[in-house]
Amino acid sequence: MSELDRIRWRSRRGLLELDLVLEKFLDRYLQQLDQEQLDSYKDLLFLPDNDLLDFVDGRRDCPEPRMQQLIVLMRDCWQAAQNDCSQ
Amino acid sequence: MAVTVRQFDAVIVGGGGAGLRAALQLSEAGLKTVVLSKVFPTRSHTVAAQGGISAALGNVQEDKWEWHMYDTVKGSDWLGDQDAIEFMTRNAIDAVIELEHFGMPFDRVDSGRIYQRPFGGHTANFGKTPVQRACAAADRTGHAMLHTLYQRNVRAKTQFFVEWMALDLIRDSEGDVVGVTALEMETGEIMVLHAKAVLFATGGSGRIFAASTNAFINTGDGLGMCARAGIPLEDMEFWQFHPTGVAGAGVLITEGVRGEGGILLNANGERFMERYAPNLKDLAPRDFVSRCMALEVLEGRGCGKEKDHVLLKLDHLGPDIIKQRLPSIREIAIKFAGVDPIKEPIPVIPTCHYQMGGIPTNYLGEVITPQGDNPEVRVNGFYAAGECACTSVHGANRLGTNSLLDLVVFGKSAGNSMIDFIRKERPTHKPLPENAADFSLARVNRIDTQTNGEDVSAVRTAMQKVVQARAGVFRTDKNLALGVTEIKEVAERAKRTQIKDKSKVFNMARVEALEMENLIEVAVATLISAEARKESRGAHAHDDYPNRDDENWMKHTLFDSASRTLSYKPVHTKPLSVEYIPPKERTF
Repeated sequence: MSELDRIRWRSRRGLLELDLVLEKFLDRYLQQLDQEQLDSYKDLLFLPDNDLLDFVDGRRDCPEPRMQQLIVLMRDCWQAAQNDCSQ
Repeated sequence: MAVTVRQFDAVIVGGGGAGLRAALQLSEAGLKTVVLSKVFPTRSHTVAAQGGISAALGNVQEDKWEWHMYDTVKGSDWLGDQDAIEFMTRNAIDAVIELEHFGMPFDRVDSGRIYQRPFGGHTANFGKTPVQRACAAADRTGHAMLHTLYQRNVRAKTQFFVEWMALDLIRDSEGDVVGVTALEMETGEIMVLHAKAVLFATGGSGRIFAASTNAFINTGDGLGMCARAGIPLEDMEFWQFHPTGVAGAGVLITEGVRGEGGILLNANGERFMERYAPNLKDLAPRDFVSRCMALEVLEGRGCGKEKDHVLLKLDHLGPDIIKQRLPSIREIAIKFAGVDPIKEPIPVIPTCHYQMGGIPTNYLGEVITPQGDNPEVRVNGFYAAGECACTSVHGANRLGTNSLLDLVVFGKSAGNSMIDFIRKERPTHKPLPENAADFSLARVNRIDTQTNGEDVSAVRTAMQKVVQARAGVFRTDKNLALGVTEIKEVAERAKRTQIKDKSKVFNMARVEALEMENLIEVAVATLISAEARKESRGAHAHDDYPNRDDENWMKHTLFDSASRTLSYKPVHTKPLSVEYIPPKERTF
């Protein structure tokens, strides 16, 4: 529990947009990530907020493939959540 | 109960721009300095500031700090303290050049000097013509500042306690500040940090509103700690709003959208701005549009399941215009509202952006409270800077790009004051009171042992609803009085919050319960302060009193939490070296 809590806490960012996207992502995927993905996610949290936002927004792709895989999940999950809301 | 005590010369609570600037000053002076931060410092909300930092460098056009001062006083609607405003605008030039020397990557003109861009409200010759005054690092000015200051602090050997949350201020029997209690999230341990001087740089509290651009961490922790320690909160009725934030998200849609022909609709599909402003319609001034939107919602013509927003319609502009001129707006709408504005309108609502009020301080960064007849007596050993502080340079309304400036100017000033205080007045630690941590331990114990209590997120939602509906942009006597009653009820519920997870290690539920105790203090202060101010000034636009009333209301509000009463103190009308800028009608 505490490990996942720590990950949740570190997903609190300086930018509201990231708070919102990461919260959705964690609600949907946190329990399902394998250890390797969890490690990649933890590394991804070390990125500066503005870089992370660029990746999540799709303005750029993350050069690190294992992180890019998670970013694609984030983009899809956010899109899906938005489609749910608007229906 | 025995609690670990750790000693430092200076304890800084908050790792954003103001905290880091102060810490740098102290560490470079050789003082043992620690910065406590809930999140890694470079993830502080300072990172969200995009617009720039203003200083009358005159690199692009002739400019003078006196003109910058005038703009700031006028922006504040004459509630700003003119000594502090002079101090800030005069020191702005050195502050920006210092950041440049620290390695901050400013945009430049061909000659190599810092480029300056135009920004609303920045003028030359005391309001005559626009002037380019904003210095920026692309659209990442806050980010660049934060990273620059963090690197300098690492070099200066500032200590960082990351993922620590300060819980309470420790004051001794004379009222002097001698440290803080804090929770180390990793272990769940509560410790005492014994300090010669303490600085709060805890940022804003915008999360009290349902619609806010603030990050989740902006929970007013410093204000909550002050309220509980008997330090009043100043000018809490003044909050800056933006008319068009995405409903339910808070992300902003720029006003340029209405300039391009976007229109606002209510639940009946009516273009309601035609009714309020037959000529300007949707292009009426920002605060007026905000109030009309709020009124539509209050009168039951809001859209959506909760009838809590209005719609911003763009589709009539056609796909080409939207794709060409508003690509980033389309991106935001798709992402945060789930609608493509080419086909559907965007749900929007006036959204809280910035807190003008806060912990009462002077331009030296010293926290000052009323005592007997003297409204401004220094609290020994206690300092505040940045958005959590009310210095008051922003008065009733902040001028764009003055927030980053506030952080570095008053962060440095407070740091210098702390160095002086430590060297001249408190060279050794003043003893801690007995059982200094008991109050915090009892608060945490209450949360851990509460039964039949309230869910934290339910109480937070209730609070945000009240603050949004009653102390948002549409303010009337009736609405504010209702809000005071309602927020007191929510405050009772907040005393009984309960958590399921009782573990010690990294317990996020406990942290959120503690944040809630801070938020509710700010919410109560906001409603009570706003209800009492019977005029309109800056961001406090009161429908029953549409005019500014300098005779009765050119004064700062002070809210005392324990008694829930208000007192007032005069605005500083004596600048440090120049002539007083007398009040004028604020027209644009």
